[in-house]
Amino acid sequence: MTPLGARRLGLHRRDLLAATVSVLAFLSSAQAATLKGIPDWSPNGGSPPQPVRPGPWQFFSPEEGAVVEALVDRLIPPDPNTPGGKEAGCAVFIDRQLAGPYGEARGLYMRPPFQDGDPQQGYQSPLTPAMRYRRSLAALDKYCQASFAGKRFHELPPDQQDKLIAGLQSGTVKLENVSGRGFFELLLQNTQEGFFADPVYGGNRDMAGWKMIGFPGTRYDYRDWVERHNEKYPLPPVGITGRTEWTVRHT
Amino acid sequence: MRALALAAVAVGIGGIVNAAQAADRQDFTQIERGHYLTDAGDCYSCHTQFGGKPFAGGRAIPTPFGTLLGANITPDVDTGIGGWSDERFYRAMHDGVSGDEYLYPAMPYPYYTKVTREDAAAIRAYLATIEPVRNEVHSNQLRFPFDVRASMKGWNSLFFGPGEWQNHADKSADWNRGGYLVEGLGHCGACHTPKNAMGGDENSQHLQGSVLQGWLAPRIAGESWSVDDIAEYLKSGTNALATASGPMAEAVENSTSRLSLADLRAIAVYLKDQPAAAEKPPAALAADDPLMQAGKAIYADECAACHTLDGSGIARLFPSLKGRASVQAAHADSLINVVLNGTRAAATPGAPTAPAMPAFRWNLTDDQVAAVTTYIRNAWGNAAPAVSADSVKAARQAMAQR
Amino acid sequence: MARKLPATDVVIIGLGWTGSIMASELTDAGLNVVAIERGPWRDTASDFPPAYAQDELRYHIRHDLFLRPAQETMTFRHNVNQTALPIRTWGAFMPPNGVGGGGVHWNGQTWRFLPSDFQLRSHLTQRYGAKFLPDDMTIQDWGVTFDELEPHYDRFEYLCGTSGIAGNIKGRNQEGGNPFEGPRSRDYPTPPQKQPYGPVLFGKAAEEMGYHPFPQPSSNLSQAYRNPLGVTIGPCTYCGYCEWFGCGNYSKASPQTTILPVLMRRENFEARTECMVTRINLDGSRKRATSVTYVDTSGQEWEQPAELIVLCAFQLFNVHLLLLSGIGTPYDARSGEGVIGRNYSHQVTSSVDAYFQDKNFNPFIASGAIGMCVDEFNGDNFDHGPHGFVGGGYMGAVMTGGRPILGTRVPKGTPAWGAAWKKAAAENYLSSYEAATHGSCYSYRDVFLDLDPTYTDAYGRKLMRITFDFHDNERKMSQYLTDRLAEIVQKMGPRSLEKNPRAGSYDITKYQTTHTCGGAIMGADPKTSAVNRYLQSWDVPNLFVTGATAFPQNAGYNPTDTVGALAYWSAEAIRTRYLKQPGPLVQA
Repeated sequence: MTPLGARRLGLHRRDLLAATVSVLAFLSSAQAATLKGIPDWSPNGGSPPQPVRPGPWQFFSPEEGAVVEALVDRLIPPDPNTPGGKEAGCAVFIDRQLAGPYGEARGLYMRPPFQDGDPQQGYQSPLTPAMRYRRSLAALDKYCQASFAGKRFHELPPDQQDKLIAGLQSGTVKLENVSGRGFFELLLQNTQEGFFADPVYGGNRDMAGWKMIGFPGTRYDYRDWVERHNEKYPLPPVGITGRTEWTVRHT
Repeated sequence: MRALALAAVAVGIGGIVNAAQAADRQDFTQIERGHYLTDAGDCYSCHTQFGGKPFAGGRAIPTPFGTLLGANITPDVDTGIGGWSDERFYRAMHDGVSGDEYLYPAMPYPYYTKVTREDAAAIRAYLATIEPVRNEVHSNQLRFPFDVRASMKGWNSLFFGPGEWQNHADKSADWNRGGYLVEGLGHCGACHTPKNAMGGDENSQHLQGSVLQGWLAPRIAGESWSVDDIAEYLKSGTNALATASGPMAEAVENSTSRLSLADLRAIAVYLKDQPAAAEKPPAALAADDPLMQAGKAIYADECAACHTLDGSGIARLFPSLKGRASVQAAHADSLINVVLNGTRAAATPGAPTAPAMPAFRWNLTDDQVAAVTTYIRNAWGNAAPAVSADSVKAARQAMAQR
Repeated sequence: MARKLPATDVVIIGLGWTGSIMASELTDAGLNVVAIERGPWRDTASDFPPAYAQDELRYHIRHDLFLRPAQETMTFRHNVNQTALPIRTWGAFMPPNGVGGGGVHWNGQTWRFLPSDFQLRSHLTQRYGAKFLPDDMTIQDWGVTFDELEPHYDRFEYLCGTSGIAGNIKGRNQEGGNPFEGPRSRDYPTPPQKQPYGPVLFGKAAEEMGYHPFPQPSSNLSQAYRNPLGVTIGPCTYCGYCEWFGCGNYSKASPQTTILPVLMRRENFEARTECMVTRINLDGSRKRATSVTYVDTSGQEWEQPAELIVLCAFQLFNVHLLLLSGIGTPYDARSGEGVIGRNYSHQVTSSVDAYFQDKNFNPFIASGAIGMCVDEFNGDNFDHGPHGFVGGGYMGAVMTGGRPILGTRVPKGTPAWGAAWKKAAAENYLSSYEAATHGSCYSYRDVFLDLDPTYTDAYGRKLMRITFDFHDNERKMSQYLTDRLAEIVQKMGPRSLEKNPRAGSYDITKYQTTHTCGGAIMGADPKTSAVNRYLQSWDVPNLFVTGATAFPQNAGYNPTDTVGALAYWSAEAIRTRYLKQPGPLVQA
């Protein structure tokens, strides 16, 4: 799988640390070019997204995957109207994101020295999102097994899971060598991304997040509705890869 | 200015050019007229490699019989036509022979034969002024037996009637001027007239539309657009209804946009007066046809933001799809091609925008392309045969092989 | 070792809005122009077609169209006592990249500054007395007047086809427009956009309160338009994907949709993409720029000599290149002397979130410059005497989309996750509305740009260091504007509303606007400005520096219209005066 926009998304961290000018070629697949006239037309000259395919975890281990599924299902619990984070694919979304450029902080400024500052100066850590997940999930596992008689997070009852998450959020639950609150914030952000991002990335399955709030998705033309004030928009949501009505019902 | 400067260079090499001169190397009026006529003949497109020097040849011209390369027609003596006599040049245009060799009709001599001797001389005069480029081109890349040039003798006897354009006394001066351009230098029929198995024109279907390289060249005989609409389209590449794309974009950019409005109007007058073959429009597909239902959904989600929900488009930017003959032609090749691969519109001084249609091959299946093109061909009063997923698949494969 | 290329007439650094305008004007004058752009070529149908341009995750959350900080970033600190740390991922502003620059992903909000904005210090001093201004506030007059810029504002708006209602044509007030605007020579090129429900409700409420609401001027067009270069722009379809996104249907004015189709086909123009200019080279006298050095994607260094160099990068990178090239005297905050890096400013925005019981705003139906605004509290449109601050901003119902990852808001006090969050998100998405203020940010002695002592970029160059924090004047202004906005929103009848004035310290992780300003400002005195009134470097007369870099302080409007007008104004001076007699256009 070519991850999201990999052609445009820049640098591998390993190359960055090499810190030579020759790494510049990795900033983009495009090469320096001299343009006279508009470049010739070529189909898909840009980089359309590659749809996430179902299948085994690409970043998480099976144990990690089970924990993350349990976590996202508490952050966005299922209810009679809308599936929860697990069924909506939030864990799959996070898995694919971590396996791609986002996971390795590709394109971000990762040069040393790393030093803590005022939070308003922004996140300062050599850890990529992938490394943060790996370490935090291991620490969470350790915490759970120690606190709940060898049980792992996904084996706990929902109210205990909620209590633990609330503890991470407030900082009362301390994880070993990682910031529990930092992990909570990252996980919540990624879970909501997965719930509301285009289904092409593996989350928001069946556009569940969009249906829940009434967002019609990737529609690009509301000329007929801009002055229909206070009236519910009539068409169902659509994603980058379409909607069920695009399927020809061969008889 | 450029032509004049180059003309000065050409004077220097004039001495080595054949002495029997109908093309006067000093006659700037003739040279400028020749420049105009060279544009009218769109010589540039086939005789210039992409990114190459003008008229130095080498551009591949695919034919059903193999590939030909456009010849070098710069005044280079060894590899171009600098050593040609004017008579040899006229014979190439008029008879399709070069010295003792037969030309292939990819060089549209079946049309250029209509050109007067005087105009051919002017073209020759102009071509003598351009920068000579040394570029050896082996034009003939055809498969056996088509690579045997002598075979063209038989072809010519079947499909080629030499002879300059004859005015029709009962028609207007505009009509005759238009006819001279359409049937001669413009070689419109090369794309817009269907070909028989041997590549000759199906004369019974003159300018009734044809398909080549995945593009529909629509019927232009009896064109229903107004004279003004046709002239604007040919001049700028766009008008209130349509936008030139694909091979026609190139023809507009390199040829018709450079012609005078008077000539373009004459072309329109002539085309409108050509008999259109009687077409029996099929009944439109029912709105509840499964293809139509899926196509409608895809159209609303993917197409309407530019072409508008009612298919009327935006004048001079996004072509209308409603009521357009080319959209409803028996062949949907262009439509399929454009949906799969996208295309860029012509850019001309009058209409430089050159908007592009994005490619949808990455997110629409063959079924879905068939559905949306079928819908476009049968919505808003349009009516045309449904498009099959197989024909989309074939177009996708053809593109992959190109 | 840099390989030297044949000389050209003009080198333009950066092919965004101002680079495109400059290139268009100077090629039109017959000059050979080479534009060097660090990012890629970008084309509507292949880079952001309406089949996948509308991707919030890719473009908004993951910043796909923007500069990668790995290539170049800045460090940030609040004050000189703090250690500046690198901006590792973008937050407070979004530096553009690639052909079209910020013009690709702007919102299309196309405002003129007020006449008094251009003579800010003289105007405020005259009205309120010098003592009214804080001691450390370093606001200045621009050296150019609104009347001088008016024809150039007009050119930029007619290039874009901007949609709006004039409020003042040649001194006569126009019904329905902004009564506070400076006199314009003619109406907008196209009528205003249609308004969705939220703005209409806001407009009614504002009118009932005695204000003069008007539609925000928009370069997302209300109808198709052919500009003076012959390029056609389409009608906006209210998709709600403007800022952060490229426009998929040619309806947002950008270099791509207004200039490049003509410019790119000019014989005397050439663009080099994916080429990073690393410095401007001077001759031995240090008074003449001879060439620029750039690096291509293979790491090869090139030197491109030129007679005239126009610096057209984004504001921050213009200043960075000047500092790295040793052009002009770097600003010293202790002495207050020096000009490069001086008078840096940003923007002060705030919002009011309102939750309604029985309304459906369809927030996804929007354009980047939709909305109804009031201008009663902008600039010096009101008496600041009783309030103890200067500056102001426009305010309005200007929500630019309903993209759900960031646009799903819940009332304060709602848990951040779990069933309660989910319920609140489902209930409030369609029925809540966020109104906003867009306020000025004035300049101060202790706010500036210089080179960082520690961190370097991918080319081994020192990063630029931003020293910035809000001052009390701006906080007071934001509180005042937010209170006034909340009064109007209250009249719209929400069940609850929340005020979010700008308070506390500047946070580099929270998006403000991408309207960073100053650092090489224009003015009448080379001691306090880097460029003269024509954007010509005082120190190196064959160098011009365009963009918001020249703003001595930021006004309460979006900058692009003024950036475009200044580019045309400068280009005209180059064409009519500089080319006839190269040298300083203003004697120092």
